[in-house]
Amino acid sequence: MAKVLMKGCEAIGEAAIRAGCRNFFGYPITPQTEVPEYLAKRFPEVGGVYIQAESEVASINMLYGGAGTGKRVLTSSSSPGISLMAEGVSYIAASHLPVVMVNIVRAGPGLGGILPAQSDYLQATKGLGHGDYRLVVLAPSSVQEAVDLMYQAFDLADKYLTPVMVMGDGMIGQMMEPVEMPEMRDLDDLPAKEWAVTGARGRKPNIVNSLYLSEVACNENNWKLKKKYDEIIKTEKRWETYDCDDDMDLLIVAYGTMARICKTAADELAGENLKLGVFRPITLWPYPYEALEQTAAKANRILVVEMSTGQMVEDVQLAMLGKKQIDFYGLTGGMVPSPDDVADQVRKLLK
Amino acid sequence: MPKIVVDIQRCKGCERCVEVCPQGVISMSKQLNQKGYFYAQATNQSRCIGCTFCALNCPDVAIEVFVHGTQYKFIEY
Amino acid sequence: MKKVFGYPEALTPSMTHYCPGCTHGTIHRLVAEALDELALRERAAGIAPVGCSVLAYNYFNCDMYEAAHGRAPAVATGVKRCRPDLIVFTYQGDGDLASIGMAEIVHAANRGEKITVIFVNNAIYGMTGGQMAPTTMPGQITSTCPMGRNTDHEGHPIRVVELLSTLTTPAYVARVASHTPLHVVQAKQTIREAFRLQAEHACFTMVEVLSTCPTNWGLTASEANNWLAKNMLPYYPLGVLKRPDGADIGALKGA
Repeated sequence: MAKVLMKGCEAIGEAAIRAGCRNFFGYPITPQTEVPEYLAKRFPEVGGVYIQAESEVASINMLYGGAGTGKRVLTSSSSPGISLMAEGVSYIAASHLPVVMVNIVRAGPGLGGILPAQSDYLQATKGLGHGDYRLVVLAPSSVQEAVDLMYQAFDLADKYLTPVMVMGDGMIGQMMEPVEMPEMRDLDDLPAKEWAVTGARGRKPNIVNSLYLSEVACNENNWKLKKKYDEIIKTEKRWETYDCDDDMDLLIVAYGTMARICKTAADELAGENLKLGVFRPITLWPYPYEALEQTAAKANRILVVEMSTGQMVEDVQLAMLGKKQIDFYGLTGGMVPSPDDVADQVRKLLK
Repeated sequence: MPKIVVDIQRCKGCERCVEVCPQGVISMSKQLNQKGYFYAQATNQSRCIGCTFCALNCPDVAIEVFVHGTQYKFIEY
Repeated sequence: MKKVFGYPEALTPSMTHYCPGCTHGTIHRLVAEALDELALRERAAGIAPVGCSVLAYNYFNCDMYEAAHGRAPAVATGVKRCRPDLIVFTYQGDGDLASIGMAEIVHAANRGEKITVIFVNNAIYGMTGGQMAPTTMPGQITSTCPMGRNTDHEGHPIRVVELLSTLTTPAYVARVASHTPLHVVQAKQTIREAFRLQAEHACFTMVEVLSTCPTNWGLTASEANNWLAKNMLPYYPLGVLKRPDGADIGALKGA
């Protein structure tokens, strides 16, 4: 397949279609509005249904309804809209339904700004909403990776009957890069869903529910969820290491587009005889703690770089349990550290 | 003769059937059912005309109505 | 002997948890009878609200969802747009539809979602113990307006079906009551018509059913019926307010 130059948001929309999604419910919000706009134009060509909901609250509930019928459904939003979806995600997780959500993160908190940020890490990895559940979070660092992760997200969601979030930032959403699209999934090829609401013809009614007034039943549902998450933790961690084969003076830990910037900084500093490596988690939940610890064993110290005031740094501290010195550098509010900014920070720490 | 059958265990003793019956067929029992309600019962079954007003109004679908032969309906229900 | 009134197939055999005399049970039965008579049970997907009827998924014998408070019309939209062959209905109370869910119902109606909404209006929040609802009558005493609803402080009750009937998108919007046999018959006819229109992919359909809440009104079932007739009927007129073909609408006779 030839490569096409596509904007991140549009590529994400097309990837969803390739993965078999024909139903989108969402609301415009900068910087992800191009996702609904692209799908509004493209869905009629593939027999999909695009609904512009009245709010993000309505969007996530439409997603819940659609997911219960067994179809592959998608929503997309940005930080403040994701906050509105929190309750709905809790319901979706508790009801064991598969959905895919996209968060194109913008500066916060509150109304914040429309430029990129990475300030939703804690929101996403701690599940978003109330109750004892987790959200699978995938963080691409390029438009191509966003396409690949979107394609896999639908399979992950269906496999574990759980919500999956693909979390990019405004840069992923807005920049154009060459991408190669996967093949269109055959909708008839998708696995059957016996639990779905399809009309109680010749069977007992299927009920999509998360209400358990009996404490015994509610406890049981919680442990059923936990068992699922333990399985995901065991099998679905993903990460990437850059230049981490030998001993390092400093290991940078970053994700998403920030990791790409840090790789450039690492290359720059290699010229000054500073040995740097970059550890990039791809699944933010489940977080690759063990892989990070093993990689960091070869480094003298760690620098965590995020477009926030420090959120993933807590998971890095958890991974290391005090074994290495951990420092943090971040800019947020829509400011993006440049490779020079990162390199300067490293120089400050190492000199 | 039309007749009603009350599922006395479903009855919650709300007495709506007693109120709407135009023939005074139903009254409340002095006995309690399993849930502790005084249940409705047909004490004047012979007066039943099969109008189904009791069954229509019962929130617990506790009443079934039976008739012999043809019943002329004046309302489309 | 021939059975002329029996238990509908679209209701499960469960006994309900509703209070004695609560018209929820009656309205559940009317919906079930409509589904049975139109042979829609095997294609039906109902959406239970948060409220007294939160356990409706245990009472209707068809595929069911439990929705978040107020969001049933949005959930219904998701279901209907993903599987247009299903007969989708929501069953909601005052808080669910007229308070927290106001945006969802207006937009589902405006988009013309081909679903059926059953709105049970008993002028109070039942499940949570009798608080004021957007539909509570002026002067009515509830636990959050213990001196009676004061329209200066809390505003007037909302007439939801009138509100929705002003939308341009074609719809079937009606209000009925459930406190006397005649009203139950009219309610049944209206609810069945709503489902029939959905089966023909005609339009958005909604039936508001004036209902009693003996427990939280502090009345017996019989007194509650009279209270509804005296206080709610004058403010909430019965009738079909809107038809999809825009034909002449009028009040139900004899109401």
